[in-house]
Amino acid sequence: MSDTSVNMAHGMGENLSEPIKNNSILQLSNITVSFDGFRALNDLTLTFQVNELRCIIGPNGAGKTTMMDVITGKTRADSGTVFFNQTIDLSNLSEPEIARVGIGRKFQKPTIFENHTVFENLELAMKVDKRVRHSLFAVVDDLTRDRISDTLRLIHLGEHTEQVAGRLSHGQKQWLEIGMLLMQEPQLLLLDEPVAGMTDDETERTGELFNSLKGKQSLVVVEHDMAFVEQLKSNVIVLHEGSVLCEGDLATVQANPKVIEVYLGR
Amino acid sequence: MKTNRTPFVIRFFAATGCKGWLAIGFFSLLTFVLVPAAHLMLPADHALHVSDYAITLIGKVMCYAIVAVAMDLIWGFAGILSLGHGLFFALGGYAFGMYLMRSIGLDGVYKSHLTDFMVFLDWKEYPWYWTGTEHFLYAVFLVLVIPASLAFVFGYFAFRSRIKGVYFAIISQALTFAFMLLFFRNATGFGGNNGFTDFKRILGYSITAPEMRVTLFALSAFMLMFTLILGRYLMQSKFGRILTAIRDAEMRVMFLGYNPLWYKLFIWTVSAMLCAIAGALYVPQVGIINPSEMSTANSIEIAIWTAVGGRGTLVGPVIGAFLVNLSKSWFTVAFPEYWLFFLGLLFVVVTLLLPQGMVGLWQKLRHRSMR
Ligand SMILES: Nc1ncnc2c1ncn2[C@@H]1O[C@H](COP(=O)(O)OP(=O)(O)O)[C@@H](O)[C@H]1O
Ligand SMILES: [Mg+2]
Repeated sequence: MSDTSVNMAHGMGENLSEPIKNNSILQLSNITVSFDGFRALNDLTLTFQVNELRCIIGPNGAGKTTMMDVITGKTRADSGTVFFNQTIDLSNLSEPEIARVGIGRKFQKPTIFENHTVFENLELAMKVDKRVRHSLFAVVDDLTRDRISDTLRLIHLGEHTEQVAGRLSHGQKQWLEIGMLLMQEPQLLLLDEPVAGMTDDETERTGELFNSLKGKQSLVVVEHDMAFVEQLKSNVIVLHEGSVLCEGDLATVQANPKVIEVYLGR
Repeated sequence: MKTNRTPFVIRFFAATGCKGWLAIGFFSLLTFVLVPAAHLMLPADHALHVSDYAITLIGKVMCYAIVAVAMDLIWGFAGILSLGHGLFFALGGYAFGMYLMRSIGLDGVYKSHLTDFMVFLDWKEYPWYWTGTEHFLYAVFLVLVIPASLAFVFGYFAFRSRIKGVYFAIISQALTFAFMLLFFRNATGFGGNNGFTDFKRILGYSITAPEMRVTLFALSAFMLMFTLILGRYLMQSKFGRILTAIRDAEMRVMFLGYNPLWYKLFIWTVSAMLCAIAGALYVPQVGIINPSEMSTANSIEIAIWTAVGGRGTLVGPVIGAFLVNLSKSWFTVAFPEYWLFFLGLLFVVVTLLLPQGMVGLWQKLRHRSMR
């Protein structure tokens, strides 16, 4: 009932003349989403490449979160298609199925299990069989413990393993959620404002973490913090009124008169 | 990779822990040895004699306690308030009641092989769904399967449509109410508003014999302990952690790749099954089952037991069931007209002042005294 036995066709581009184009991890084509006639996404077309880090910026209400909702199945597009790994049509899958094919998502508002310990939060996120039967009999084995302690080191929460997650600071909650994504071992990570509410020091360390993931996983980062975007040194996409306004490196984009108008004209 | 895994059976029972087993040992001594001995062996005028009334009352309350724990599994741990648990309890009772009616044999008022109410309705034979109910094991099978199947089907559609919170509570109550109306009808074949009563025997033994009373009492105690051990295992397993995670942040659980539908459906069906078993143990002890067991008030009362004792604590609901029902049997003798006021007041006080119920109060007091 739950397993999508879809052929994850890697390296399909080998025989084709344009390997880059066919090496996309995610392809959004002509996505439109309306809320009571208001178009949150307007004919949006975007491609993300395998193992690439991309930043998305744009004023509030530009549709960044809605785009993530469409990718992860939380919101269904009125029209358009979303393909993962070129062959998997995400519009046919439920949220848990999309998560299991390899897409992890961090919410804009940190969403963790406040009544569980840090350890348990990571344990529940780990990439294992997610069916009831497995969960009923599962034991925390050495493999799980090792994976969790590796992740704890990456997210700087090693001291807080047995602490109830609800007691963490805002920045630590953000990290815990990022840690949960890493435990999922997704091919694609969607991060919605991951450094909101973090101190400068925490923000910088998060940037280092993301930079270290470059080339191993595909990342899409939505962020307002320009210093953080600069630290990531990635290509930037500017979203405005539900479609792409422009695209390029941060300096180019910031010099673009259309972008300046959009940001200042509000 | 081979790891020396502890066998499941050991993990299942080990989940209860030392303190838990100590409590179970003590409770077993009480319910399997001391109370039966005090009932069967001591003369009625002895100071320590346990009366018929007392043993039946406690046996009945233990059945309620099972229901309260079952409610806690779905409400306290999964965060789904059911106002339909009275239905599963009643269906378990009716399923076993069919066997009890059949085993009256020719000793009914009309000396017929049919039940009295069927003779009264001028029926000539048993309806098809009564087939085989004269067999004890088949009746037990029905107890285990019918309410659970109903819960599974209902739960599947409700959870698949992502019905939650107060909406779920209301539709579970609507289902219960519909069944109550159905069972009130004579044509349904379950004795109409009188239900089943005048039971005579189980497996050939008289139902009023002291030994039978003690057996049913001990079985109820056993089932209560089993329910707690099962609950403890489930809640300390990964399954239990996922269930409380669904209660707290369902969206996050889904985006981690779990489908909440099957988790909710599993615990919902287990919970319904436990209620049905409790109902089946309850009916021979009180000697009657009728559609009023499916009334709205009954299902609400179950939620009150759980809330009073403490949601999400397993022992709490047992304490709640005992506390509320023992005060009820005292109140309904001393001040019968004030019982419902007291119950309402209790619920308001607990909801407003003691969100964790009695267990939470106890923990708070202990915490304070330790500082
Ligand atoms: N569920 C919804 N119902 C109605 N309007 C919505 C809903 N979700 C988002 N919107 C609207 O869609 C627009 C885009 O929102 P969002 O994607 O959250 O923007 P961003 O994340 O870029 O700030 C906003 O104007 C918002 O008010
Ligand atoms: Mg947003």
